[in-house]
Amino acid sequence: MDPILTHLQRLEAESIHIMREAVAESERPVMLYSIGKDSGCMLHLARKAFYPSKPPFPLLHVDTTWKFKEMYEFRERMVRESGMDLLVYQNPECMQLGINPFEHGSSMHTDMWKTEGLKQALDHYGFDAAFGGARRDEEKSRAKERVFSIRSAQHRWDPKLQRPELWSLYNVRHNPGETMRVFPLSNWTELDVWQYIHLEQIPIVPLYLSAMRPVVERGGTLIMVDDERLPLEPGEVPEMRSIRFRTLGCYPLTGAVESAATTVPEIIQEMLLTTTSERQGRLIDADSSGSMEKKKQEGYF
Amino acid sequence: MDGTARKAAHDELLATDIEAYLHAHEHKSLLRFITCGSVDDGKSTLIGRLLYESKLVFEDHLAALEADSKKVGTQGGELDFALLVDGLAAEREQGITIDVAYRFFSTELRKFVVADTPGHEQYTRNMVTGASTADLAVILIDARKGVLTQTRRHSFLVSLLGIRRIVVAINKLDIVGYSQKVFDRIEADYRAFAAQIGLDDITCIPLSALRGDNIVELSPNTPWYTGPTLIHHLETVPLEDLAASKPFRMPVQIVNRPDLDFRGFSGRIVGGTVHPGMAVRVLPSGRTSTVARIVTFDGDLPEAVAGQSVTLTLADEIDISRGDVLAAAGDPPTVADQFEAHIIWMGEHEMLPGRPYLMKIGTRTVGLSVAQPKYRVDVNTLEHLAAKTLHLNEIGVCNINLDRPIAFDPYADNREMGGFIIIDRMTNSTVGAGLLHFALRRADNVHWQAIEVSKDAHSAMKGQRPAVVWFTGLSGAGKSAIANIVERKLHQQGRHTYLLDGDNVRHGLNKDLGFTDADRVENIRRVAEVAKLMVDAGLIVLVSFISPFRAERRLAREMMGEDEFIEVYVDTPLEVAEQRDVKGLYRKARSGQLKNFTGIDSPYEPPEHPEVHLDTTTWSAEQAADQIIEVLREYSRIP
Repeated sequence: MDPILTHLQRLEAESIHIMREAVAESERPVMLYSIGKDSGCMLHLARKAFYPSKPPFPLLHVDTTWKFKEMYEFRERMVRESGMDLLVYQNPECMQLGINPFEHGSSMHTDMWKTEGLKQALDHYGFDAAFGGARRDEEKSRAKERVFSIRSAQHRWDPKLQRPELWSLYNVRHNPGETMRVFPLSNWTELDVWQYIHLEQIPIVPLYLSAMRPVVERGGTLIMVDDERLPLEPGEVPEMRSIRFRTLGCYPLTGAVESAATTVPEIIQEMLLTTTSERQGRLIDADSSGSMEKKKQEGYF
Repeated sequence: MDGTARKAAHDELLATDIEAYLHAHEHKSLLRFITCGSVDDGKSTLIGRLLYESKLVFEDHLAALEADSKKVGTQGGELDFALLVDGLAAEREQGITIDVAYRFFSTELRKFVVADTPGHEQYTRNMVTGASTADLAVILIDARKGVLTQTRRHSFLVSLLGIRRIVVAINKLDIVGYSQKVFDRIEADYRAFAAQIGLDDITCIPLSALRGDNIVELSPNTPWYTGPTLIHHLETVPLEDLAASKPFRMPVQIVNRPDLDFRGFSGRIVGGTVHPGMAVRVLPSGRTSTVARIVTFDGDLPEAVAGQSVTLTLADEIDISRGDVLAAAGDPPTVADQFEAHIIWMGEHEMLPGRPYLMKIGTRTVGLSVAQPKYRVDVNTLEHLAAKTLHLNEIGVCNINLDRPIAFDPYADNREMGGFIIIDRMTNSTVGAGLLHFALRRADNVHWQAIEVSKDAHSAMKGQRPAVVWFTGLSGAGKSAIANIVERKLHQQGRHTYLLDGDNVRHGLNKDLGFTDADRVENIRRVAEVAKLMVDAGLIVLVSFISPFRAERRLAREMMGEDEFIEVYVDTPLEVAEQRDVKGLYRKARSGQLKNFTGIDSPYEPPEHPEVHLDTTTWSAEQAADQIIEVLREYSRIP
């Protein structure tokens, strides 16, 4: 074997090391599973990390009820294939109030379903370490995030609580009530994730690949009409276009791109030749340039 | 090929043959480097420029950059690349970066991870953190200012953290008219300084990060410069993997037991290579076995190298748990519990010598105490200064003590086997980092021999379970009298015993020790070690020592197994002991002929939770002895 590992081999080994450290030193770990490609990559790495054992933690999907239909189908398939337990948490308050992106706005929708839902789920099950698929290259404010990010008992990210991370030594100790967010993909880039999915043939939700799908165009963004809950504006008629998604979230909040890419290599090709960043498809970031940062302090992933 | 041509070739391949492009990307290597310098040196501008040149700045980012440049930029409305990398909003407004940010870019040959740390003096913590994972350092020098105090500080820190390859980016050369003379002078100054701290792999490059000179393409503004451009150097600097040529090391992270038939040891290899059939030694136990399989999700491997995360199975069933190190049997790491180390203090509160902290090294966490620093290093002048403690961002050399032995290699030989963090027991925060240099004990090369006849075998043959009965109390309290009766009675019952008496041991083993606090601590430590050996031999050991300090009695207790330590507090009031004064010692102490006498001018700390509390004013020695034998029975030491 070549004594020098490729960058992907090094990243893979580092992620596995991180997951094993978290499991060895925490009491109740869980993996946040959002069904997206980063989650898929992370799940694949977890299966490698603990093989021949099953990963010794459940998957947790903090659901909003507004994901694409194909995402729910894919979620069930991955649970079957991995043999892992899946916990689905839906914020009961949101259920009761019927929080949705149309009447309550994208910001409140995301905050209530996702941010609050996640906090409630962690408290409900008593998890003290949660794996998330966030990467440092996603957004400027994430460049300084730790691999093991500590949160107060109120789930707040406090810069003073964050610890220096030297070598591959992670301090996983925490006081009662405090929790850790663990990011095994910290040092991966979007290209690395796609490349790894291609090399390892990791299954992905078909929505990442182009197909003819019904969409409406709103303010320059293509929104897919995934079910009858999307209120059509007067005169708006869904039309079939060849589209795909670069990120997957709640369908009314996720912009599609027109594309002919039907394979992973073609996605990578398009991605490298295109000129807008990945998060641009997420309407939640559009408010202001510091908005991700605020979300992080409030406990959003 | 110049930069433009390269980029065109890149885009061509990408557009026409994505499979070939992916194949090339798949085989890229990874270089991690740290950039050192302050905002004033143009460091953020340089990193922003590298991201920009490698086409990692997307249109939407660029639009935000243009807007930000107009609003808060320092380039008079022109693109301010620094704004691409300065992170959190609050810091952006302050105009300084704090903490370590990690940036990513790649070229056709390599992927890069850049640790971006601020250069201010108070942020030694951040620079050390960033340097700990870097293979190379880029040190920025402002061509107008030359080698400054901060240049020396940055160079010292990266050299301390074991980085050998240095790139000196002599920046802002445009402002000094691209002068070769300026460049040559700074290069000569830097090389002269670097030689003093043992850095010799140095590449100096004339740059203007703002204008893009010598970043990707050789600049027409510096025709006198014939060396590599910054990118070219970063993507071709040899990455011969030193870790793979070292002896095999793998700290065990997890014992993998999916079912009764499989028992594997999972970890990341931090040195050397391993293959099935190879002899390995487990540290600190010293047991040996051979590797049976290298198990991965993708099938068994014929060999694995440093950097890989794997699961090993061994040919023999031996006791291995998280924190142990698997190592090449013929070239194992040293096992020790006392070291000299560099310590970098990172806590808001100062380091407290003697305070119990935790150390995490590899996958093991042990108790740690630090002695008063031998000296502190002034990171600006490299002078050694006297110090009683270390404050935030201070670096010193200290002796450290662990509560258990660990396997280690000197930091200079293997970063992962010699680097550690210090954790505060109360807050659980990381308050320091350290580099192990060497073990202090002369026995540091004596490996623990795995003993075949175990403690259980020894004690089974004697028909008893081993124990230490530790008598503590004032001089003249009656410890030895009671201990003698206990031993006689046990002996009559056919038990195997030994009595260690304070006075007797001070005639031999400990005759070099006096009665200062330090000597008393050492006295007890030695006796505890001897008692432990006797416990290993299966004996019931009676220890009769004043042993005035709780901390040392606790130390003795922690050395023994569960139910093996029975503390007997022989409680005799001082007046009563003084009145008895069997050896005439109180009289001498009172008259000043005897110094440091316990109870008179040296303190006695009574036990808080002794297993046996004997009030000698109401119990006879005979009754006391029977009471102790009863307790030995309760603890299942004797039938």
